[in-house]
Amino acid sequence: MADDLPNSFMHGPDEQGRFGIYGGRFVSETLMPLILDLQAEYERAKTDPAFWAQMDDLWTHYVGRPSPLYFAERLTRHLGGARIYMKRDELNHTGAHKINNVLGQILLAIRMGKTRIIAETGAGQHGVATATVCARFGLKCVVYMGAHDVERQAPNVFRMRLLGAEVVPVTSGRGTLKDAMNDALRDWVTNVRDTFYCIGTVAGPHPYPAMVRDFQSIIGKEVREQIMAREGRLPDTLVAAIGGGSNAMGLFYPFLDDPSVGIIGVEAGGRGVDDRMQHCASLSGGRAGVLHGNRTYLLQDDDGQILEGHSISAGLDYPGIGPEHAWLKDVGRAEYVSITDDEALAAFQLCCAQEGIIPALEPSHALAHVIKIAPRLPADHLIVMNMCGRGDKDIFTVARHLGHDIRT
Amino acid sequence: MTRIDTRFETLKAQGKKAFVAYMMATDPDQDTALRIMRGLPGAGVDVIELGMPFTDPMADGPTIQAAGQRALAAGGSVSRTLDMVRAFRKDDDTTPIVLMGYYNPIYARPGGVEGFLAEAVEAGIDGLIVVDLPPEEDDELCLPAARAGLNFIRLATPTTDDRRLPAVVRNTSGFVYYVSVTGITGGPAANAAEVAPEVARIRAAAGLPVVVGFGISTPDAAQAIASVADGCVVGSAIVKLIGEGRPVPEILDFVAALAEGAHRG
Repeated sequence: MADDLPNSFMHGPDEQGRFGIYGGRFVSETLMPLILDLQAEYERAKTDPAFWAQMDDLWTHYVGRPSPLYFAERLTRHLGGARIYMKRDELNHTGAHKINNVLGQILLAIRMGKTRIIAETGAGQHGVATATVCARFGLKCVVYMGAHDVERQAPNVFRMRLLGAEVVPVTSGRGTLKDAMNDALRDWVTNVRDTFYCIGTVAGPHPYPAMVRDFQSIIGKEVREQIMAREGRLPDTLVAAIGGGSNAMGLFYPFLDDPSVGIIGVEAGGRGVDDRMQHCASLSGGRAGVLHGNRTYLLQDDDGQILEGHSISAGLDYPGIGPEHAWLKDVGRAEYVSITDDEALAAFQLCCAQEGIIPALEPSHALAHVIKIAPRLPADHLIVMNMCGRGDKDIFTVARHLGHDIRT
Repeated sequence: MTRIDTRFETLKAQGKKAFVAYMMATDPDQDTALRIMRGLPGAGVDVIELGMPFTDPMADGPTIQAAGQRALAAGGSVSRTLDMVRAFRKDDDTTPIVLMGYYNPIYARPGGVEGFLAEAVEAGIDGLIVVDLPPEEDDELCLPAARAGLNFIRLATPTTDDRRLPAVVRNTSGFVYYVSVTGITGGPAANAAEVAPEVARIRAAAGLPVVVGFGISTPDAAQAIASVADGCVVGSAIVKLIGEGRPVPEILDFVAALAEGAHRG
């Protein structure tokens, strides 16, 4: 770790929206006034008990929180080392952690008088969550999704349309999450007066990274209480998958100032983190740059052109990462590793067989790292991994990779 | 005084409005782009706005996105953009050149921002328009550019209210670029009657010429907008012809017609 560590890792961002050198507000002038309005509204909401009462009510009765903290008994025995707990955010309404944040942002949008919601989506989980909450509150919803992702996540596209959202396939670039975010920003700058951009991860211009983290922190707060009740102490290691990094920030944030808690973020290593760049491991294989409103680690070439990554998981297929993760890496508070497509697929299958849980491909990356480290750890070592999404959406992708044809 | 300042003074003395033409560097290839660029002053262009290709141009519509993709496919880069400027400057030392682009290729330059600025000055660039750097991020590039003797030209928009305007114009020099519509490049044009009071408001706050762009695609529109401002910018309409592979003389004829429209304004 660096010598000049801060007193707390939980004070960021600063007034300029920076975590160290990362973050900031790198957006066009058209958007700046709105971003400042959003920041002001979020500051008001944060200290408004009525806002949090409404959130709590929806979290409890609409989402189904708290999600269980589940002891993975058979997997623990199978691996023969650390005790493995899974935070079951895949049991949330809509099947992933995404809805935790969407509820917060939609309530803010309503407070701000916005009537039209736009979102970008990769795997479709954020799009489904946004379409769901928009249906719940009667708001118009437009979801931008890379054309390539529309194809590989067909069930979620249909879900969004059932929920009344307009899904716009994005053909620019390679048609993945990055390109969807570009087109969402183009929509926002065009319809800035009536439209709220509901960003799905801890990235984008300030205040989004902090705001999304705060909404997702319910995950880590619950884990703290649940593990204390079950084990009488804090966990030793937290493990979460990272695309943009929202489920990970949500789990990590409440533990940042507990030095005994080790923190590991797992990036998508695709076909291997090397100079072929067929991966999405921005922290392991990228360098600092500016994209989508923030400075962070990016996959880019020598000229600063953004590279298209690769991952089997559409939700991790993004060339950047939330700025707070970039900072946590630089100051050494968190460790970041990568897992390949094949390792994630193996973890996916092991989880199905050992625990009767079909995980999404995103948390399968986190689980694959748990599988690597758990056997070497003592039996009293407590690992909590974030099971941030369920795998129903991924069964077609997995079947194809395993050589099955399940389409009828 | 940059070439931009000199050019606007000359135009003012002549009672003429400025015509600013945008093209993307290395689009469709380095040689053709240089031929087009060299023809712009003769077609009546007062200020050249040269796009630097970027993979993720969030403020641009499909026409300029496609131009960036063509340029990158043809080997376009920051280095080759600067090469184009150097080649242009061999024959023309008076036409102002403004680089327009996004921050990451500048930030990612091996010598960093300072290295880029030194290269830009040496190549003969006069000003920068960087879309994703609002005044909140002035320390990044705007202030270093001013110290290096380059104009940093800010965009003002319909959402820039009176509360915000002073911050937007504070570190701006050369001219202010008024984006007359909320939206991306290549969209619908604004109405001149609605633009006029905005131009007056921004000019009063900035004490600089105000040039209006976004959505202008015909000589008549150029005239209408220029008549209520200090000049106008046309980008997508020119880039569209380049994208269609039209011969260079045809492209320059179109630019000349636009320039004539703007100069009537």
